[in-house]
Amino acid sequence: MRRVPPILLLFVLIPLLVEGFWVFWPALQGFWLALTNWDGVSAPRFAGAGNFSRMIDDPVFHTAVTNTAIWLVLFGGLSAVGGLGLAVLLQKERRGVGVYRAALFVPVVFSLVATSLIWQMLYQPGGLFDSSPLADPDTALYAVLVPALWRQAGYVMVLYLAGLKGIDPGLYEAATLDGATAWQRFQHVTWPQLRSVNSVVLSVIVIDSLRSFDVVWSMTRGGPYHSSELLSTYMYATAFQSLKLGYASALAVVIFVLAFGVIVTYLVRAFREN
Amino acid sequence: MSNRVFHAVAGTISVLWLLPIAAVINTAFRSFDDIAANGLGSFPRSFTLAGFADAWTNGGAGAMWNSVLVTVPTVFLSLALSAAAAYALSRFEIPGRRTIVLLMLAGNLLPPQILLVPVSKLTELLGIYDTLIALIVVQVGFGLGFYTFVLQGFMRAMPNEVQEAATIDGAGPVQIFWRIVLPMTRPALAALAALAFTWIFNDLLWAITVLRSSSVMPVTPALLALQGQYVSNWNVIAAGSVIAAIPTVAVFLRFQRHFISGLAVGAVK
Repeated sequence: MRRVPPILLLFVLIPLLVEGFWVFWPALQGFWLALTNWDGVSAPRFAGAGNFSRMIDDPVFHTAVTNTAIWLVLFGGLSAVGGLGLAVLLQKERRGVGVYRAALFVPVVFSLVATSLIWQMLYQPGGLFDSSPLADPDTALYAVLVPALWRQAGYVMVLYLAGLKGIDPGLYEAATLDGATAWQRFQHVTWPQLRSVNSVVLSVIVIDSLRSFDVVWSMTRGGPYHSSELLSTYMYATAFQSLKLGYASALAVVIFVLAFGVIVTYLVRAFREN
Repeated sequence: MSNRVFHAVAGTISVLWLLPIAAVINTAFRSFDDIAANGLGSFPRSFTLAGFADAWTNGGAGAMWNSVLVTVPTVFLSLALSAAAAYALSRFEIPGRRTIVLLMLAGNLLPPQILLVPVSKLTELLGIYDTLIALIVVQVGFGLGFYTFVLQGFMRAMPNEVQEAATIDGAGPVQIFWRIVLPMTRPALAALAALAFTWIFNDLLWAITVLRSSSVMPVTPALLALQGQYVSNWNVIAAGSVIAAIPTVAVFLRFQRHFISGLAVGAVK
């Protein structure tokens, strides 16, 4: 560490200004717009907390919140459990393990749009089902969830594999010598050692769940009858299809508030490691 | 777990995982008449590249070119700017450096929804709405915080002696950055480049927020449009999906190790 030559201030200032202009400044505007009614053409009209009180009586908002909660639990929970299970299964280096890991990881590099087209094809009547589960309001959300999980599980697996790599193999040998069963080894060796990875995975799945948009938008646009609507898709449709920009911004603020706790936790951890 | 049980379990899961991909490839090479007569689920009774030709000539080629025009400059600019910031923030006593790093990271963690409306209006105001420039600058701005965070962590771990020796030899801070620090950062840059490439190439949300005309749409949003155009021509849609997946699969296979290590290091997205 040394004194700072002036040119290095530019090294920091330019990126900071770019991010400030395209992220921080729009974010502040977003919070402000949430307090207005705006059609995008005439000037925004200040509405105070009106947009937020409107949500109370908005049935689509209720559906979107419920679905987002279901999404958080199922998409987040199942990808975490599944990813951990796969990582433990494929933890040990042995013949063929690289092929299995790659097979499970391949979907991660597909775009969610491509993923959703693949699954829409599988869902066509006469494929996996007699009629498409995407067309039925009772099943649409879950039919969208499956492809999202198909893609996310491999990603979470990679995070856990990296964490498992850091565990001292001696611990397993000692546990085996003491006669520990596979489950006991997991319970008393693996799990306690995964604490920091678990908190990373938790932040990742919460942030990813709240961000989920592409897969729902590609498969159902939130339909039929808003049955697969998430807050993110409802926000987008409100902004760019209904052109209620103030209400859409208020919906975005709700998403922000939900994500806020996790973002702060993540930053605190980053701060400590820094 | 014995070897036989392990391979049975892991093999079964892997095959199940790959089945949807096998199905889409199967469909992509079949003819429309074959699918119409025998159904989507049947084994192929035809082999044709017609689906690929249709997808490619009906917007696919243009969309691929748009994706190149967006992805290459975005990856390059993002990494250049964040490497510069990371260098200054990790190797020098910039006032408030920890706060700056975390502020930049915080920007990347924001849910993009809060930015969509203002960003789309901002691009209109600047007269770049519906141009690839808009998509590039937005994605550079949004990604910077994450890349800077990862790179500064990497650069901080470098030994001080190298920098000191170079200083004694009369090298300035920019030369040290260019000749010493950047080359030593190559593994991290490669990992981030591979990740950034897939993120940007696969993006849908930013593209449909700042773009409207089909002539400027990159591959991912164009694929959605293709589906609207070829509602039940599943061979064309399947071929389009395969084409859209080829670049990222290629990057993954080529940079597999970098890719995986990048995901493990970052773990934000």
